Amino acid sequence: MSGNAKARTIVDKIWDNHVVAQQAGAPALIFIDLHLCHEVTSPQAFSMLRERGLKVRRPDLTIATMDHSTPTTSRDLPIVDTIAAAQIAQMETNCKEFGLRLYNRMSDHQGIVHVIGPEQGLTQPGMTIVCGDSHTATHGAFGALAFGIGTSQVGHVLASQCLLQTPSQAYEIRVDGQLKPGVTAKDIILAVIAKIGIGGGTGCVFEYTGSAIRSLSMEERMTICNMSIEGGARAGLVAPDDTTYQYLAGREFAPKGKAWDDAVARWKQLPTDPGATYAKQLVLDANTLEPMVTFGTNPGMGMSISGSIPTPAATTDPIERSDLEKALKYMALEPGKPLAGHPIDVVFIGSCTNSRISDLLAAAAVMKGRKVNPKVRMLVVPGSQQVRKQAIAEGLDEIFRASGAEFREAGCSMCLAMNGDQLEPGQYSVSTSNRNFEGRQGKGGRTFLASPLTAAASAIAGAVADPRKLA
Amino acid sequence: MKIDIIESKTVVIPVENIDTDQIIPARYLKTTSMEGLGDGLFYDWRYNPDGSPKADFPLNQPAAKEAHILVVGDNFGCGSSREHAPWALTQFGIRAVISTSFADIFRGNSLKNGLLPVIVPADVHAELLKWPGIVLKIDLASQKVFLPGGRSVEFPIDAFSKNCLLNGVDELGYMLNQEAAIAAYEAKRQDSVNTLA
Repeated sequence: MSGNAKARTIVDKIWDNHVVAQQAGAPALIFIDLHLCHEVTSPQAFSMLRERGLKVRRPDLTIATMDHSTPTTSRDLPIVDTIAAAQIAQMETNCKEFGLRLYNRMSDHQGIVHVIGPEQGLTQPGMTIVCGDSHTATHGAFGALAFGIGTSQVGHVLASQCLLQTPSQAYEIRVDGQLKPGVTAKDIILAVIAKIGIGGGTGCVFEYTGSAIRSLSMEERMTICNMSIEGGARAGLVAPDDTTYQYLAGREFAPKGKAWDDAVARWKQLPTDPGATYAKQLVLDANTLEPMVTFGTNPGMGMSISGSIPTPAATTDPIERSDLEKALKYMALEPGKPLAGHPIDVVFIGSCTNSRISDLLAAAAVMKGRKVNPKVRMLVVPGSQQVRKQAIAEGLDEIFRASGAEFREAGCSMCLAMNGDQLEPGQYSVSTSNRNFEGRQGKGGRTFLASPLTAAASAIAGAVADPRKLA
Repeated sequence: MKIDIIESKTVVIPVENIDTDQIIPARYLKTTSMEGLGDGLFYDWRYNPDGSPKADFPLNQPAAKEAHILVVGDNFGCGSSREHAPWALTQFGIRAVISTSFADIFRGNSLKNGLLPVIVPADVHAELLKWPGIVLKIDLASQKVFLPGGRSVEFPIDAFSKNCLLNGVDELGYMLNQEAAIAAYEAKRQDSVNTLA
């Protein structure tokens, strides 16, 4: 990907800025500007460093927190799960030994790794950002090239601050128009994934463009970029604009004074040049979108909330048909029936997709003066201690508690059910998280993915509910 | 972990879009080592709620014990970036996975752990799905899968990964050898890199 002469996409520009070396017959060596670490995918990488006698090359570009196996119970309580406790203790040891800044369980900066990066101004336009977590694409909302890596690569970045990479194809996802009331950023991305399928973006980086994307807040853009991986793309981004700069200005790690002005001048060069081409393109009209909900066992199995569950018999491809049958059997759903009105057991508001203050505000606006259906357990899990603090300052904790919901400490929680927050076998949840895979929220659990509005409306109804029809 | 030729019976899981949460459920990710992950491989598909093995699941059939080649549906390894997925597969004895496509992160993780992702054309894939237990030979050097009856089909792999697998090249060592370039790059970009300092 050479040639400054040709029109370049934002991805080309970030790529070109980060090539350290390019040897013949090998992938490019790419510099990483920010490396985020958490307790689950890093321990084996630190062990590798120890075995090889290596140091962390750039502790100043590395930040660590605890989120995945971390309980969301009161911080005054001990960690009951001894295996998780050992993993969390190991993270403390590793960060101490290798000199890394760690926002631990007791820190007021602790939180889901993809929530704390942006809120502290660590995430900035034009950066390369990696983390041992597939939802790293979240940071793409700022016009950064951000993607998930495995533990071997976590070790590579710790030791060298670089990665061996080959370029991806650029895939434009253009969303024009205006969302109708009750329809959110989450519904845009669920609609995109339903359209292209969960493998649709394999080998690609999504660039989200169009008037509907431009009009979104940074938190809404994060929700969209977050689920790029659910469309098969390792990364997804939105070119920076004034919304981006306004969000970043004044945050702890954002540049200040002259450095800020210089940075903004650099960032303004990032957007895709007119005439640059994309390998693939999808165009969506925001005006036609409805609240979305998934019915199956992957995020591509989604539909409008007013729609009906698809019928396997209507599918011509035999493998597709058997996969749909398998999904509906696991979900115990009947083809052809509506999903709205289907009884549920749990509502989860949280995860790196939808746990920011605007998500909590949206859910609280629905819950205010209303009650969680007595058959439903509702968990509200802020994405970070900072989000939690702000929610309390705005009285959201009181609204949630008064409605009968639990308001918990920050972490990944029931998104992946490795910290004790989980569904029981057979239970149904409406969840604002990102994956509805079999057992994702607890062995035997069944997940309907939806927006915070739909999740809150469903908590009140005790069934999958359309937030536009709230009485 | 070097790879040159892999010859074995196949075991077939004819399901598309198998995600890494199925390959290794999140509750096995609380470990700080790589030990014992093979026991968790496909746990919720392999075992009943009471812990007894599901007899009809392909990996529980006696022939699976000696199989090193897994044939699966399209888009294998989607979802979470957990490298525990290829660790679990290799610990179980799988050395190659054959499909029509792989999720990007899983494919990269596999190549770093001596697990060969092999992409074959849809028609060949359809045949392989129908014939569990046939013996295949995969030759990385010639990038060919040899099918019964003398037929063969080529598969793609990038030259660097191929070289790493064939010759056991240490990727991190290769990267650290470029220290001079890394230092030069850091010096050049000093002003525009945001540090936590």
